[in-house]
Amino acid sequence: MFKKILIANRGEIAVRVIRACREMGITAVAVYSDVDRGSLHVSKADEAYHIGPSPAAESYLRMDKILDVAKRSGAEAIHPGYGFLSENSKFAQACADAGVKFIGPTPQSMEMMGSKTRARQEMEKAGIPFVPGTSRGLSSPEEGEEVAERIGYPVMLKAAAGGGGKGMRLVHSREELRSALESAQSEALRSFGDSEVYIEKAIVNPRHIEMQVLADEHGNTVWLGERECSIQRRHQKVLEESPSPIVDPDMRRRMGEVAVRVAQAANYTNAGTVEFLVDQQKNFYFLEMNTRLQVEHPVTELITGLDLVHLQIRIANGEKLPFVQEEIRIRGHAIECRIYAEDPDNNYFPSPGKITRLLAPSGPGIRRDSGMYEGWNVPMDYDPLLAKLVSYGTDRQQAIMRLQRALYEYFVAGIKTNISLFRRILRDADFQAGKVDTGYLGRLLANQNDGGPPQGPEPAIAAIAAGLFAVLDPASSGNKDGNLGGIESVPSRWKQKGRSEALR
Amino acid sequence: MVYEITVDGKPHRLDLDKAEGGWECRLDGREIKVDAVVTRRDVLSMLIDGHSYEVKRERTPTDLHMWVGSTRYGVELRDPRSLQSRRTMAGDEKGPKKLVAPMPGRIVRVLVEERSEVEAGQGIVVVEAMKMQNEIKSPKKGTVQKILAAPGAAVNAGDVLAIVE
Repeated sequence: MFKKILIANRGEIAVRVIRACREMGITAVAVYSDVDRGSLHVSKADEAYHIGPSPAAESYLRMDKILDVAKRSGAEAIHPGYGFLSENSKFAQACADAGVKFIGPTPQSMEMMGSKTRARQEMEKAGIPFVPGTSRGLSSPEEGEEVAERIGYPVMLKAAAGGGGKGMRLVHSREELRSALESAQSEALRSFGDSEVYIEKAIVNPRHIEMQVLADEHGNTVWLGERECSIQRRHQKVLEESPSPIVDPDMRRRMGEVAVRVAQAANYTNAGTVEFLVDQQKNFYFLEMNTRLQVEHPVTELITGLDLVHLQIRIANGEKLPFVQEEIRIRGHAIECRIYAEDPDNNYFPSPGKITRLLAPSGPGIRRDSGMYEGWNVPMDYDPLLAKLVSYGTDRQQAIMRLQRALYEYFVAGIKTNISLFRRILRDADFQAGKVDTGYLGRLLANQNDGGPPQGPEPAIAAIAAGLFAVLDPASSGNKDGNLGGIESVPSRWKQKGRSEALR
Repeated sequence: MVYEITVDGKPHRLDLDKAEGGWECRLDGREIKVDAVVTRRDVLSMLIDGHSYEVKRERTPTDLHMWVGSTRYGVELRDPRSLQSRRTMAGDEKGPKKLVAPMPGRIVRVLVEERSEVEAGQGIVVVEAMKMQNEIKSPKKGTVQKILAAPGAAVNAGDVLAIVE
């Protein structure tokens, strides 16, 4: 087994991988940028090395610096987490060249799946079902019009190198196609340095359901159940659950078998995720494969009882999968909320800054993977994901109730978070009935008057509390100087006493 | 002690007196007996008639909020006998208003020039954080007296970006 692993990431995922290393008796090496010196992953690691200024392009995306730390520290393997260099085949290749094991698939598999059109071509050969359309970039608007005529409107234009909704356009009619294609191509060029755009039939109100796969380096590939990821805001996942409310055992097995075929067609190794679009008739179509550990992997861990990071490390170490498909059991239900530093009252604007108070939930069926702590300054330089709150229950109903209970206990002050958004989703009747698709969250947010939480005698409670705070906890009651915690000057007890006597 | 407290825009008057085993509160004339303990800074445990409430206080450079359970209330608190709050009260109505950064970030653009006339809600400065741009808007209609933000500069939450009079 590896003696030392470098984690080329930050935040909650770096902490999560460090924990797995510690559990396996492996020394964990962290890297950090200027602004991350005080971040949780640095203090949780066994060793930590500075790799440069705060912007990711000068630190977490610098392959040379990360490989240099691997060499200096004697790390034998690198876990890339998600984001940053995790899906960069050049980095995987650079690791191989430097004699360091990359914990993930081979550069060849990553490259094949990195281009959506190339992935489609390969999957077409392997007989994988995917959404009708072209497997090559469009050469002209005329070609686009001709294909759209054949598969029928509405159609979706997508960037071959794309992701996160960039270079993507929904086209309802022939008249819109030409200008939509031009703008998609120029956006794709700006965002990814590649203007290749292809066309697909648009599926109206699809679900986004993905299948976790795991492959060792000896030709064994298994599937570990699906994750329902339809609840998205601007193409970013917000809440995920497993199992999906609409997937029955037969559909799960069929999706799993297709996902295994996808992985095998790509000679895939290690953990990966095959994403599907599912239409209203429950037909599923291959969308893309994510060649890394997903943010939402904990829901799969909870319902299978497996530790995906342990398994990733064992696979990278050359071990065989310790089980076969028939031994995998799915039990219970898990739901994950992505806690972001963003302001629900201000159009979900990022909200970095100092966390002045943190009360975190725990208790039965609650797992919290967090990269934050009280007193930490959330930097403005990276993704706003702070923590993942995951609930587990015997069934979906219990998982929802536990998550509601945990969200009630969760309190983060000093910065804004989207915790209130989850309270809203979890009490929504459509969500509770499992009626979600990728348009669900947009519709929920557009509906301003859903009543909100029931109002009791709480305004009176708030008024009384405000007064009592001013009397009982005055050291920190002033907010005029902008001093938000840290070391505050405590006024003399004599002065306080004198003042309250005078006011009597 | 007497406080004038506004909760979500609604004014209340609160009288607090220390009593045996807690506090005698008079909220808008209504008598309420409260047992209150600060369990940690900004967290208050209150027992009222057997009911337990955990109230959290959240302060930003511009606002004060009380969280009762998972509901947030915007609160303003004034001690009518305090000279300072009387002074700030008077200053609130007229005179110069500060435009403060609601979050740490980097100044991307300044949208107006000093001495220019602005409407309430008009964007004055653009601040970028976590790869998103946010327009900081004028708190009132008036003249931009001073701009303290320079493009490219880093700012902290609460920093004054401009003054509108």
